[in-house]
Amino acid sequence: MSASGRRGRWLPFWGPPILVFLAVIALWYGVSYLLLDADRRFLLPPPHDVVQVSLLDRYNLVELLDGLWLSTRVAFLGFAVAIALGMALAVAMSQARWVERSLYPYAVMTQTIPVLAMVPLFGLWLGYSFTSRTLVVVIFAIFPVIANTLFGLQSVQREHHDLFTLHGANRRTRLWKLQLPAALPAIFTGLRIAAGLAVIGAIVGDFFFRQGEPGIGILIDRYQSRLQSEQMIAAILLSSLLGIVVFWFFGFLAQRVVGGWHESAGDPGP
Amino acid sequence: MPEMAHPVLTFDRVRKRFPDGTVALAGIDLGVASGEFVSVVGPSGCGKSTLLRIASGLTAASDGAAVAHTDKLGYVFQDPTLLPWRTVQANVELLAELDGLPKQERRRRADEAIGLVGLSEFAGHRPRTLSAGMRMRVSLARSLTLRPELFLFDEPFGALDEITRERLNDELLQLFLSQRFTALFVTHSVTEAVFVSTRVVVMSGRPGQVIGDFPVPFGYPRPPRLRFEEGFARLAGEVSACLRGERRRPVDPVEGIARR
Repeated sequence: MSASGRRGRWLPFWGPPILVFLAVIALWYGVSYLLLDADRRFLLPPPHDVVQVSLLDRYNLVELLDGLWLSTRVAFLGFAVAIALGMALAVAMSQARWVERSLYPYAVMTQTIPVLAMVPLFGLWLGYSFTSRTLVVVIFAIFPVIANTLFGLQSVQREHHDLFTLHGANRRTRLWKLQLPAALPAIFTGLRIAAGLAVIGAIVGDFFFRQGEPGIGILIDRYQSRLQSEQMIAAILLSSLLGIVVFWFFGFLAQRVVGGWHESAGDPGP
Repeated sequence: MPEMAHPVLTFDRVRKRFPDGTVALAGIDLGVASGEFVSVVGPSGCGKSTLLRIASGLTAASDGAAVAHTDKLGYVFQDPTLLPWRTVQANVELLAELDGLPKQERRRRADEAIGLVGLSEFAGHRPRTLSAGMRMRVSLARSLTLRPELFLFDEPFGALDEITRERLNDELLQLFLSQRFTALFVTHSVTEAVFVSTRVVVMSGRPGQVIGDFPVPFGYPRPPRLRFEEGFARLAGEVSACLRGERRRPVDPVEGIARR
């Protein structure tokens, strides 16, 4: 159940994650001050230094946010393409065995292909701009969309199919009125996984392109090479925050769309 | 086979052999006349469900033919087969929707059918919030919207507790009287079969064949206490004995077809 169903039980819901957060901060301080000498503290600068240098300094903050914004756009566009293409492919595969047999192995390949090795090639073919970065995101994110949509479409009960057969439903009616709605819970599971992968894809692709307008991946690479640990840590935290927000959003969406009738609909969670 | 006034459904030497070689039905001859309520009882795996699938055209017979003399067919599965994302109202409208009836007419018929099964208050509910018995009523209502002349029931109440099952038996008979359909009702409960039917047909285990055919002499409406009367118990006992194979009706050993 969602938090809104338990108004007034704020503490049990938010308490544990906040406690973990505080524990991590404490551990972080511990490592910075107790484990590292002053001259090696740049390896893990304490939290307040990270905030000071990267978030309270206007110039650094703008650089970071610009990079984050670019990576967000790449992630979202790539994710949108992955959803549209992935669902279309899954629907095609659900219509005939031979289509599934022909295409599924290549869908699996998007998972096994060493994308990082391909990244420089994409750069050569398509340039280091938006397009090739988006392509990396699509390759990262498309498989869970295909696999979960297909699984959902194929998991319709036999009796439901019989019912539609008895009343002469054609493929389109069957797809729209039976298979797609039935597949929604599985589709949302796929979207949540793919959303996280899209964010990772945007950052990793960016990180390995090392060229063009700087997204958050390029910034991380740059900060790393300049030993600007405070900014590097801030960049890493911001990108994971982006992933969490996207993941949350789809959990929330799933809850709204299928929560009324399906038990496994995502709990947006803390 | 005896001459039948208005046959609604006839099975003529229907055999079913599955691709894996199992013979589910070994030559079934059976007729259902207009206005009859015929129950088929038999051990599980005797091909009772296959019989209905063949009658409805969902499965083809390997041999022989099943002919339904009406295309207004209702089919109620053991599972209520409701669409969980639809409300009760939208679920009941589904078949009329698939058959392309206009929206107004769909609504009207659904309202009427939901009223018939006593669920008007729950029209806006989703199936998961209903009890198993209520879901089965929704499933019945859904079929009623198309005003079937022939109803095929595939152990519709098999998964329900006894109290709910008896209540639904009573309600089903009320519908049988008010809606005037013909029914072929598959069940593995002898009591249920005798209580609802005008005729009980007994099938043997695999390969399924008809080994008994009992007319039920009780009139309608049937009060719930009929289940505890002597005549009822005697008939139920006879059907049970036949099921156990104690009183096999003569069966042609070569053809495997019940002679009546």
